[in-house]
Amino acid sequence: MAVFRESVPRDIPGKMMELNWTLVLLLVLLGAAGVGMLYSVGGGSWEPWAINHAIRFALGFVGMIVIAMFPPRFWMGLAYPVYVGALILLVLVEVAGVTINGAQRWVDIGPIRIQPAEIMKLALVLALARFYHDLEDTKVTTISGLLPPLLIIGIPAILIVSQPDLGTTLLLAATGVVVIFMAGLSWWFIMAVAGLGLAGIVGVGIYGLENILAEYQMDRVHAFLNPDFDPLGINYHPNQAVITLGSGGMTGKGFLEGTQSKLGYLPEMQTDYIFTALGEEFGFVGGISVLAVNALIMAQGVIIAISCKSPFLRLMTIGVITTFASYVFINIGMVSRLLPVVGVPLPLISYGGTVVLAVMAGFGLILGAHIHRNAEPPRGAGLFG
Amino acid sequence: MRADRQEQDLKFTRRALLMAGAGGLAFLGLGARLYSLQVLETERYRLMSEDNQFNFNLLPPSRGRILDRFGVAVADNRDSYRVLLVPEQSGDVASALDRLQPFLPLGEYDRERILRTARSQRSFHAITVADDLDWHTFASINLNAPDLAGVTPDVGEVRSYPFGPAFAHVLGYVQPPNDEDIANNPREAERLLRHPGFRIGKTGVEIARESDLRGQAGALKTEVNARGRVIRELPEQSTEPDAGRDVVLTLDADIQRYAHERLGQESGSAVVMDVNTGELIALVSAPSFDPNLFVGGISSADYAALRENDRNPLFQKSIQGTYPPGSTFKAVVAAAALEHGVAPPGETVRCTGSVRLGDREFHCWRRRGHGSVNLREAVKTSCDIYFYEIAERLGIDRLHEMATRFGIGEQFDIGIAGVRRGNMPNPAWKRSRYNQGWSTGDTYNTGIGQGFVTASPLQLAVMTARVASGRSVSPTLYRNAMLPPAAHIGVSDDALARVRDGLRAVVEEPGGTSFSLGGLGIDDIEMAGKTGTAQVYSITAAEREAGVRDQEDLPWRLRDHGLFMCYAPADNPKYACVVVIEHGGGSSAATRPARDILRRVVARDPSSRAGVFADLGNARPGGA
Repeated sequence: MAVFRESVPRDIPGKMMELNWTLVLLLVLLGAAGVGMLYSVGGGSWEPWAINHAIRFALGFVGMIVIAMFPPRFWMGLAYPVYVGALILLVLVEVAGVTINGAQRWVDIGPIRIQPAEIMKLALVLALARFYHDLEDTKVTTISGLLPPLLIIGIPAILIVSQPDLGTTLLLAATGVVVIFMAGLSWWFIMAVAGLGLAGIVGVGIYGLENILAEYQMDRVHAFLNPDFDPLGINYHPNQAVITLGSGGMTGKGFLEGTQSKLGYLPEMQTDYIFTALGEEFGFVGGISVLAVNALIMAQGVIIAISCKSPFLRLMTIGVITTFASYVFINIGMVSRLLPVVGVPLPLISYGGTVVLAVMAGFGLILGAHIHRNAEPPRGAGLFG
Repeated sequence: MRADRQEQDLKFTRRALLMAGAGGLAFLGLGARLYSLQVLETERYRLMSEDNQFNFNLLPPSRGRILDRFGVAVADNRDSYRVLLVPEQSGDVASALDRLQPFLPLGEYDRERILRTARSQRSFHAITVADDLDWHTFASINLNAPDLAGVTPDVGEVRSYPFGPAFAHVLGYVQPPNDEDIANNPREAERLLRHPGFRIGKTGVEIARESDLRGQAGALKTEVNARGRVIRELPEQSTEPDAGRDVVLTLDADIQRYAHERLGQESGSAVVMDVNTGELIALVSAPSFDPNLFVGGISSADYAALRENDRNPLFQKSIQGTYPPGSTFKAVVAAAALEHGVAPPGETVRCTGSVRLGDREFHCWRRRGHGSVNLREAVKTSCDIYFYEIAERLGIDRLHEMATRFGIGEQFDIGIAGVRRGNMPNPAWKRSRYNQGWSTGDTYNTGIGQGFVTASPLQLAVMTARVASGRSVSPTLYRNAMLPPAAHIGVSDDALARVRDGLRAVVEEPGGTSFSLGGLGIDDIEMAGKTGTAQVYSITAAEREAGVRDQEDLPWRLRDHGLFMCYAPADNPKYACVVVIEHGGGSSAATRPARDILRRVVARDPSSRAGVFADLGNARPGGA
């Protein structure tokens, strides 16, 4: 029986032909929404945020296309070195990081200041995908199949949680767990872990959450459960965020007409709380549209993952899209007071260079996976195969 | 192998779809949350957003002015440059004051006051840091205000009393309300009362007419940012404050000021009254104080000086001081004698300088006596013996009844607090007060206005006005065109005419006790009057031996009070004037100031000025 092997494009024009334009268009929509909202919260001005955001998005866009051109083998070869590099940067943050707002998350490399945690999110996904690509399917639910991934996730998680950055840590852990699950972990094992987790939650309930979380994290949980507590202090931002969103109504106050954002009731609106400004000016219609675009991106990611033939591309795509979707869920959940305060930006809309570049790089990998979806690099090639 | 691959692919697809489903559910949850916030609860959040966006800044009303009878402002408002601090916007108050220190040096006392105020009220209430600043200081703070968070330069209104001490007792003064004042006011007034620089009446007319003077606060709607900075004002959605109503007094600022000056450093009172209406034209107590000092917060040293002054400047002697009326009371006794027929015309009483009653001797002020005197002569020369005699003939009950008719012992209400009623004694009163029977000696003393009878200068003015007009006029301080004319006093015109004749003779005839005054001094307008001396201390025999003969030999506070009541014109009375000089050493201390004040009042009366006024008849300015 002749097997029809679908081809993998080999030259640049051929690869460009295979670009997933739907995904590209959705990403451009998000970036444009970001530029528009930053223009608005900047007081109807390109300065100081909108113009930078546009430039970064453009750079990120080029980078994304370039990344998409590389074959999977290239990324497989790079997976472990990139991961180790990101780990080194995280350690550097520990010893020589820049402290901003009480958290040590940035490190200066030459003229640029980057957040190694952002790089780690991609590096982790690459490393896990590479590991499972090389692992025999039958060995997923064994000690030798489980221990390395847990270490790959655990080491950066410990480094990041000590910055302290609980949000990123949880994001990292969630992404890692999803990749392990997608790699084919057996259900009985999942059930056992879930049972243990449940027991853990019960244990925490008895032992007391306050003995586990840092004081400021405990305060956030307390504030989340009691919106009227300390309304001018810890609950000021969460409450103002909800007011900003809610006052937008069905269709919003109109572009550049947001009073909460213009009058400064939500400082730092350009970063984590940008979605509330959007909700204030464009209302429910605007908010649900952004949500829909993000959902379509997520769906597109899943479709691409399923269409891939190699475990590396599948898991990489699933991992990147999980990180992305978690970002969106945690951010919008937080600003709408569905979740406690966790400092997580809204991808491609929030202001912040490293995040934009990291997200665009992630989508570069996904677009690359789509182009090379039929590629089947050899498995079990060893550490540097 | 191949089946394995397919199995793996299927497994991955299943799990991917499962994850996608979970993600989809999570996003659906977010959508539901947005729907709940933005569609279902939008009204609530829109209100909260507007609450953020807009402030209603209280606009305090202008306090109503207090005007004299001619419209001259005697209590007015002037601009005051001040600096306010809102703790909510400034953060720590102590460090905010430190930042302000280079532009506005504050003493320990002020710092303490500001910090105390900051602790006692909500942090969004502004605190007055300094009031009544000079322009230079105010301008430098204005210039630096953008760097001084929470510090607001402001132009407010502050009460001013252009006539200073002359009106102090009548007008009273305003001060910032204390916690008790705030508790005593309705709750809705609290925001206004706590408004920085807002003051309420504390004494006098200021407190008595507070509800008229205060007015209604307005509110300015402003758009503010999160730091409380005003972005813009929305006057079309604001309410203007309603200024307080002006209060018009019957006083004449010119006469009031003159009377105050004329009393000088004496401790005493002057009261001028329109005898036909009871309108008070002057109501002066001296020495006085400057009420402007109280508005800005009087220093404790200044206040102690006022309190410890033995001439009692804080005490409103004109209505609160009560004195034996002395011989001025003889006008009432004479009216009673004539009304009851106990002093028939032509009948005389012989004055030898003293009269015995039992084992007591009662003296006339003139030790060598007046000889035979009739009622007219007795009034004119103020013969005590004559009045002992007719007081005894009248009896205390008839005397009491007549004195009461003339307002002695009557509680008057002139619309400010503190009016004392004095005392007109009778046997029942003495019984309840001292548990003693009434004696003829008590009647004698009452007959010459000594002993138990006491009256305030205001009451003496009422008495004078009632004698002069024959009407039961009551004193009033507030202009009221609707005042009904007072009823006739119920004493025969003949009796009143003869009393007035005697009072005219006191001033206008040789031998009268005040003839040396030389009369009113305006054309040929005559005046009438009566002197009085209220004994404070009896010079003892031992002191007399030691050479103390005259009032001048006594320490000031033991000297007699001098009184003079008068009115003019004598033939057609219009104005009554009473002056009481505490420890003046005798009536002569009061006569000249009283006459001078009365002269000025009469001179200001339109009808006594050039005849052109009479020729105009009923014509009004601008009319035909």
